[in-house]
Amino acid sequence: MSAPRPFDRIGGWLRRNVLASPVHRFGLASLLLLIALAVAPTKDFFNQWRHYQRQYKKFISTRPDSATLQHHFTGGIQQIWLPDLAVVDRCTTCHVAVDEKSLQDAGSVPEPFRTHPPVAHNVKDWGCVVCHRGQGPATEVAEAHETTRAWEEPILPARYLESSCGQCHRAPLTGTPHLNLGRNLLGRYGCVHCHTIKLPDGSAVQPTDHPPALSHIADKTTREWIYAWLKDPQAYAVSATMPNYKLTDEDARDISAFLIANSAPVAGDSVPASGTGSKAQKTPDPSAGASLYGESFCASCHAVQNAAGNVVGGDVGPELTRIGSKLKAEWLQAWLRNPRVYDPETPMPHYRFTDPQVSLLTAYLGNKTDSDLLANVHLDAATPEQIAHGKRLTTEYGCASCHEINGIRKPDNFAPELTRIGSKPLVQIAFLPGMTHSTPDYIAAKIRQPRAFGPGLKMPQYGLAPSQIDALTTALLALTDRAHDLPMVWTVPAKAPSSYQPAGKAGKLISDLACFSCHAINGRGGDMAPDLSWEGSAVQRQWLQAFLKNPGTLRPALIRRMPQFNLSESDINELTDYMMTAYQTPAFDRDSMPSTGYPPAQVEQGKQLFYSKYACQACHIIDTKVDKGYVGPTLTEVGSRLNSAWIYHWLKNPQALQPGTIEPNRNMSDEDARALTAFLMTQKGSGKREAKK
Amino acid sequence: MTRRWRTFLLVSLALASAGCTRKAGPAATPQPTAFGAALVESSGGKQMGAIGTVLAQPVVIQVNDEQGSAVAGALVKFSGPAGVIFDPAVGLSDSSGQFSTNVALGSVAGRYQVTARTSTKAQKSFELKIEEIALGYQEQVGFQLNNKYCSRCHDPESTPEQVSNYDNLEVKPHPFTEGDTLNKMTADDLTAIVSHGGPALNKSALMPAYGYTLSKTEIDALISYIRLISDPPYHAPEAVSTKR
Repeated sequence: MSAPRPFDRIGGWLRRNVLASPVHRFGLASLLLLIALAVAPTKDFFNQWRHYQRQYKKFISTRPDSATLQHHFTGGIQQIWLPDLAVVDRCTTCHVAVDEKSLQDAGSVPEPFRTHPPVAHNVKDWGCVVCHRGQGPATEVAEAHETTRAWEEPILPARYLESSCGQCHRAPLTGTPHLNLGRNLLGRYGCVHCHTIKLPDGSAVQPTDHPPALSHIADKTTREWIYAWLKDPQAYAVSATMPNYKLTDEDARDISAFLIANSAPVAGDSVPASGTGSKAQKTPDPSAGASLYGESFCASCHAVQNAAGNVVGGDVGPELTRIGSKLKAEWLQAWLRNPRVYDPETPMPHYRFTDPQVSLLTAYLGNKTDSDLLANVHLDAATPEQIAHGKRLTTEYGCASCHEINGIRKPDNFAPELTRIGSKPLVQIAFLPGMTHSTPDYIAAKIRQPRAFGPGLKMPQYGLAPSQIDALTTALLALTDRAHDLPMVWTVPAKAPSSYQPAGKAGKLISDLACFSCHAINGRGGDMAPDLSWEGSAVQRQWLQAFLKNPGTLRPALIRRMPQFNLSESDINELTDYMMTAYQTPAFDRDSMPSTGYPPAQVEQGKQLFYSKYACQACHIIDTKVDKGYVGPTLTEVGSRLNSAWIYHWLKNPQALQPGTIEPNRNMSDEDARALTAFLMTQKGSGKREAKK
Repeated sequence: MTRRWRTFLLVSLALASAGCTRKAGPAATPQPTAFGAALVESSGGKQMGAIGTVLAQPVVIQVNDEQGSAVAGALVKFSGPAGVIFDPAVGLSDSSGQFSTNVALGSVAGRYQVTARTSTKAQKSFELKIEEIALGYQEQVGFQLNNKYCSRCHDPESTPEQVSNYDNLEVKPHPFTEGDTLNKMTADDLTAIVSHGGPALNKSALMPAYGYTLSKTEIDALISYIRLISDPPYHAPEAVSTKR
C-alpha cells in the first residue's frame, strides 16, 4: 500500500486554516449540522408526490374551470383508511382528481390526473387498492405499482380487474361478466372435484358438471372407444369438458383394460321388449328419427357439431355428434326407455318413449358415427398385468376424484387447495424461467399449459379458449386473504343453494322427469325454462293439464321448448294437483278476481289500452293476422291460460312476481290494470286445444 | 487502493452491461417464404370486450395476391395503440393464407384501431385497419342491459338463439349504432325516452317506458354504451368546447 499523500496534504491544510481556532471549529461544526438538517426537507421537497401535485396545479391552471378545480384541491399526503378491509390507501396523493367530473377525457388529460371512469362505488370513499391492488401506503410510483423487495403486490392488470369485485360480491353482478363466467367454469369444468375452494361461510364451491360413473361402463361402450376418448376427448366431442391427460398409448391401453375389467353390469337393466324393437330397427326411417329427435327437443340439452364446425344446441347433456361410435345399441335403448336405471342422478328426463320411438331414436343416433375415430384403434386382449397397471394409473391420476369407479375411493385433497390462491406469496410459487413474477401470470400460465411446469405433473391439459382462461384466472384471483377474512357485513352473499325436494308421488314424478334440469322451483333448478315456484297462482288448472299432455308453443321464437313426455292421465293429474296447491304465491289470493263477466265497456277500454297507450303488440300477439310481437309469449288464448288475479298483479309489477323478467313495469293505475285484465281474459283462443283433448 | 477501485468499477460496469444485453434479445422474426399484395379481414372485427381483456374471438386476416387468391407464408405484423396486446403479434400466414391473433384491448374504454401489415417483395407495405371496442365498467353494464332488454327490438340482426323482433315492427326502432340520429339527441332526451317511452318525445308508443324497471344508474350506463358504439363516433359537447 502506498502512502496516502493527498490525504495528508488536505489534512494539513485543514488543520492550518479551518480548524485553527475554536471559533473556526465551532463554525464548521454548525455548518455541517445545518447541512445535515437540511437533508430531510430537501428530500421531502423533491418527493415524487410533491412533483405530481405541482404538475397538477400547473395543469389545472390551463383548464377553463381552473377556479373550481383549484378550490377542490387539497395539498399534502392524502389517505383513505378502511380498517375493516385492512386498507391504507394514499393513491389519491398523486391521483388527485379521481372524482373530478371535468377531467375525464383520455385525450386531453394526462395520467395521473384523469378522473376515474364511473363505477358502482365512489372512488373517493373506497380508494384504489381495494380494486386495483398495489401497495396503498406507498407514495412513490414504483413502490405503489410494482413488485419491490419489501412489497410484493403489484397493480392488477386490467384484464383481471373484475376479480376484485368478487372479493366482496359472491353473487353474480351485471357489470362483471368475466368473473361470472370464470366462476361458472370452475364448476362446469369440474376444477373443484380435485381442488377444494372453501368459502368464508364454511361451505365449498360445488361442481356443476355431472361426470358419469364408470362402474358399469362395459354396458355402455367398448374398450376401443374408451381408448380413443382417453387419448383425445376433444377428437370425439369438441365441446367435451374432459381434459386431455396426454397419456401414452400403453397407459391408455391399460386404463381402458382396467375400466372394462372392473365394470359390473347394472342390476335392473331390462332387455329390449320383444319383437317390435328389433323389427323397427331393421328398417329405420332416418327422417322419422330426425323428426322425433326434433319434436322431443333433444337439442335443448344436447348439441351436435354441424358441417361448418359449429356446435349447435344446449350444453346440459353431452354433445352427440359421434354418439353412434360410442354407445352400444342395447344400452342406448335401455337408457332411452328409462335413464334413471343406469344413473339415478342423471339430469336427463325419463321420457316414457314407446318401444317404436325408442327404436327410431336408437337407429337415428346410432347413425351419428365417425369412421375415423376408431379406425386406428386395435387392442389385443388385456393381460392381468395390464389391468393391474391400469388400476394403478387410475389411482395415480385421481380419476375417482370425478368419476365413481368400483373399488377406488374418491381421494381427499387430490390437488392443492385454492381457497386463498389470489394471495399466494410469490416466494411460494415456482415460476418458469423467463416468466414475469406475478400471481396472475402464474395462474393463467398454469391453466393454459399445466405440464409446462414439469412433465411429471398430473394436472391435465384443458382445451380452453384464451378468454375462458382469463375468466378462470379472474375468478381464482378473487380468492384472496382479504376476501376470506372480510367481516361478513362487508360481503354481498350469493343466493344460498337450495336443496328443495317436493314431497310425495308428485315429488317422485318431478325427479323422474328431471324438471329441475330446466325449471327452477323454490331456488333449486335451471334457468332454461320459466320458474315454477308460483305456477299454481299463475295458470288455470285445465290449461296446465292440457299443456302437460301436449305442450304447445307459447313463444314461437324460442328454439328450446318443453318436450312431450307421454305422461299418463293419472301422472298428469298428480302433477297438476300438486302444482296448483303447493306453488302458490303469498302475494295475493288467486280467487280474488273473477275470470269472466267483465262489462264490455271495460273490455273495450282494455283493448284500447293494449293497442294504443301501452302498445303491448310490440312484444305480444293477440290477433295472429295483425300482431307481430315475438318477444313475449303469445296471448291469443291467455284467457284460458292465466289466472285473472295473476294477470292483474303481473301488470301492476311484473318484477315482484318474477324477479328479472324483461317485461317492463309500466307503473299502471289500478283502473288500467283492471281494464287490461278484462280484455286479456276474453282472449280464449280458437279452442283447438279443447278439441284435441 | 486505486487498483482495487478500478477493478471494482470494471467488474460492475461489465455486470451492468451484461444485464442490459440480456434484456435486449427480441424474439426472432420469422422469414417470409412468400409475399402478398392485399390484406382482407376474415373475422374478429368490430368485437366488444371489457377493457384489458382478451376478445372472445381471435382476429383473423387473410393475405391475398394480385389475383385475390390466398398466399401462404407471408409475414404479417399486428400493431395497435398503447396497451393493446397481440398474441402473437408477428407471424406467417398459414396454408390457407390466414393469420390469426388473440387481441387484448387497452385499459381505457373506447375504440381501438388495430393495424395488420404485410409487405410485397419490393418492401411496399400494405395495411388493414380493424376496429374493436373496449367497454369500461359503465359501458359493460350498459351492454349487458342492452342484451337483456333492448336488443330484442333495436338489433336488426336475428339469430336462432336470440330472435330479433326488429323486422316485425311497424315503426322501425333505431339501431344503437345509428350515430347520425342518436348523436343529435342529448343525454336528457335519451333518458326521457328510456324512462317514459317513445311518446315522451312524440315518438312511437311501441317503445315502452322503462323508468320503473331500470334505475337512473342503469339508464346512464345504457346511454354510455350507446354513445360508445355509435357510428359515426359520438363526441361529447364538453370535450368540443375545451378544445376550443
